[in-house]
Amino acid sequence: MSFKHDVVIVGAGLAGLRAALELAGSLNVAVISKVYPTRSHSGAAQGGIAAALGNEEPDSWEWHMYDTVKGGDYLTDQDVAEVLARDAPRAVFELEHMGVPFNRTPEGKIAQRAFGGHTREFGKAAVKRACYAADRSGRVMMDTLYFEAVRRGIKIFPEFQMLDIVMADGQVAGLVVYELATGEIHLFHSRMVLLATGGFGKIYKTTSNAFASTGDGVSAACRLGIPLEDMEFVQFHPTGIYGLGVLISEAARGEGGVLRNSNGERFMERYAPAIKDLAPRDMVSRAIATEIREGRGIGGRDYVHLDLTHLGEKKLAERLSDISSFVRIYLGIDPVRELIPIQPTCHYMMGGIPVSVEGRVLWPSGESVPGLYAAGECSCLSLHGANRLGCNSLLDLVVFGRIAGRRMAADLEDLSWVDPPRDAEHRARERIERLMEGAGSEKTAHVRSAMQETMTALCSVFRTEQTLARAAVKIRELKDRYSRVRIDNRGSRFNMELLDALELEGLLDLAEAVVVSASGRKESRGAHFREDYPERDDENCLKHTLVHTAGEVLELSYKPVTITRFEPKPRTY
Amino acid sequence: MDMKFKIFRFDPEVDSRPRYQEYDVSAEPGERILDCLNRIRWEQDGTLSYRMSCGHGVCGSDGMRINGVCALACQKLVKDYSGGEVLVEPLPFFRVVKDLVVDMEEFLEGIRRLHPYLLSTGDIPEKERFQSPEDRKKVDDVIRCILCACCTGACPVMLENRDYIGPAALVWAYRFIFDSRDGGFEERLKGVDFPDGAWACVNHFECTRVCPKSIPVTRSINTIKRAIEKVFPRRPD
Ligand SMILES: Cc1cc2nc3c(=O)[nH]c(=O)nc-3n(C[C@H](O)[C@H](O)[C@H](O)COP(=O)(O)OP(=O)(O)OC[C@H]3O[C@@H](n4cnc5c(N)ncnc54)[C@H](O)[C@@H]3O)c2cc1C
Ligand code: SF4
Ligand code: SF4
Repeated sequence: MSFKHDVVIVGAGLAGLRAALELAGSLNVAVISKVYPTRSHSGAAQGGIAAALGNEEPDSWEWHMYDTVKGGDYLTDQDVAEVLARDAPRAVFELEHMGVPFNRTPEGKIAQRAFGGHTREFGKAAVKRACYAADRSGRVMMDTLYFEAVRRGIKIFPEFQMLDIVMADGQVAGLVVYELATGEIHLFHSRMVLLATGGFGKIYKTTSNAFASTGDGVSAACRLGIPLEDMEFVQFHPTGIYGLGVLISEAARGEGGVLRNSNGERFMERYAPAIKDLAPRDMVSRAIATEIREGRGIGGRDYVHLDLTHLGEKKLAERLSDISSFVRIYLGIDPVRELIPIQPTCHYMMGGIPVSVEGRVLWPSGESVPGLYAAGECSCLSLHGANRLGCNSLLDLVVFGRIAGRRMAADLEDLSWVDPPRDAEHRARERIERLMEGAGSEKTAHVRSAMQETMTALCSVFRTEQTLARAAVKIRELKDRYSRVRIDNRGSRFNMELLDALELEGLLDLAEAVVVSASGRKESRGAHFREDYPERDDENCLKHTLVHTAGEVLELSYKPVTITRFEPKPRTY
Repeated sequence: MDMKFKIFRFDPEVDSRPRYQEYDVSAEPGERILDCLNRIRWEQDGTLSYRMSCGHGVCGSDGMRINGVCALACQKLVKDYSGGEVLVEPLPFFRVVKDLVVDMEEFLEGIRRLHPYLLSTGDIPEKERFQSPEDRKKVDDVIRCILCACCTGACPVMLENRDYIGPAALVWAYRFIFDSRDGGFEERLKGVDFPDGAWACVNHFECTRVCPKSIPVTRSINTIKRAIEKVFPRRPD
């Protein structure tokens, strides 16, 4: 079948839906999503959304902007951070008006709590800036935006998976889409496409991300030769449940929880004397990894403890009930009385598809790709720089999802319909045929777990030239093995084996982009820590990485960082 | 642990009727049932289909019937099944699309029909609307719902009356009836005041027992009934 819509949005997470709301009514918009909209991973967000409302204590958007820039280790484009911090209160009030059930202060305002790296007066002390609904902030935002989209009559195609972006004459012509329930391949003819496909934590073994977080939009863009930006910056969240990677939100520390090593010591006091356990995630994750390396992991093993026992049963039940239940279910531990074993878990991708502040996807030259837009975690606005602050992503989604939607509505007039090439679906059909009929005997699951092991062992919190070189060789080998993957399931209904295999191709491309970008950056900044170059090097490396495919290899180039208000300074907390 | 899985299989395209297929899986006691399903699909049988995404009980994709009880496969652990035998079937009452994947459209449409968004109460302030913590607390339990449909799949009333709107829809009705910011209180009560609405529930508590988010489903339904009785004292029988 073929479909025709002015705009197709790929992804029904918060970024995709917020953009869709902006386009509804005036244009013919369709949203496709590989999972049911409310199953999108935005729903897993626990902690909250940042905005300098000042409901609990004095706050200002300038402090928020400063924290975002400093949290990003000065790689943040400051013009973008300014837009975010200034627009945040409006964005949060808008969510409240739509119905998000935020927790409340005694006087009935939106309640706020402390979160990592958010401070008052440019770093003096932690500030309560995170607006929250218990520890299910993302889920209630997800439900609210989905039903708002329903109210506005937005056309949503659930369980439709984008395989390729179709271009013609250098302009977007539509998408090739696979329907999960029937196995049919459809052509969506459109004038504009917005990619809002989320992150790709699944390149790592331990992650807080969903099975669906496979970065399909980012890899599809990469296949078109669009560069990917700042891919080396992968956020490891300090507190993943040991072994599983399921997240224990920073809200647990925002509410007063502390980390302890095998001596029972609150070790963050040594690493970040001013804000201790509420230091930014890259610093806390490195501190945990260092404690473990130096033998102070619990029982000499590879985890430390998160201590919530002093918060009391009531606070845990009222503000942290979901995470308390995760701990009870998966570890059989009662957080009211017992310490929680945690270790860093891959959480968020600062890098992605380079976009302008208005969501236009950019070629390396800086010109935009006509008709192609991106928003949310798959995009790289250079907002989060080298390390994202907690609660700034949900904010990013609703602030820049809206802006991208507006830009698209305005740009539509300038874009004519172009016919997709006749063989638009060719590549997709060929891939599927090869997977089903090919001669090889490799299994998707084996190649995928080898990739995840490789990335976790060689390209995570600590990196060196050697580990990265080994990772690069390994990923190449795995790509070769991938060419011999063959699947057994030839069925057309919910053929998960096929989808896994298709997703893995993209994941391997992304893993390689991360590794190559990381070896190009010979300094340590934010989440990217090179043991062979342990210092930040503003003179040579204060620049954004771009990586793009040139034939068989990946090439690196760089572009400058936008600095407006805050000159780079050493980053201490 | 050595586990024996017996899984409901049905591909309407090729099978004339459903069958059960057995798989041996070895798993750690602390692993999820979802991990076992994944191992089966990844290692033994790529033709098995089920939904999953977040893997920790937040997205609501993997509701199914495990040893006769509706539950999320990602929330049940191997050690919960010490007998070592696990029977996995799709949610009851739902049309099977393939194996454990069921058609959720009707279920979701039942909720969409309830206007699950705030109805305006006149002027919206520039900042947030005020809501007291006490008023906010009234919806604290129900906003945990993840639309997994375990409750509806478990409700014995559904067995006899497919027109019952079901416990999940009533949870969503409650979510808006008791949100102090909503302007549709009476309208919403009317919306569930009919024989196949709130009144179809006969307090089996099955929904409450299975809800993976520990929502007091039955109690919420009863609260709705009491509100209806209070607001419309002469409700039609
Ligand atoms: C456990 C966890 C907790 C978090 N907590 C917080 C927090 O408290 N505060 C905060 O600010 N941030 C938090 N984050 C980060 C934040 O939640 C995510 O960055 C954000 O939700 C991503 O949103 P998105 O809209 O970009 O993508 P997602 O919500 O991931 O949605 C992606 C969408 O794209 C669709 N899709 C993907 N590929 C395809 C394809 N090929 N075809 C069709 N559709 C496709 C999916 O179906 C889905 O609808 C958290 C992240 C995690 C993992
Ligand atoms: S309490 Fe009501 S809704 Fe729940 S199972 Fe019983 S009859 Fe069904
Ligand atoms: S009420 Fe509970 S069981 Fe029912 S859909 Fe919601 S979360 Fe699932």
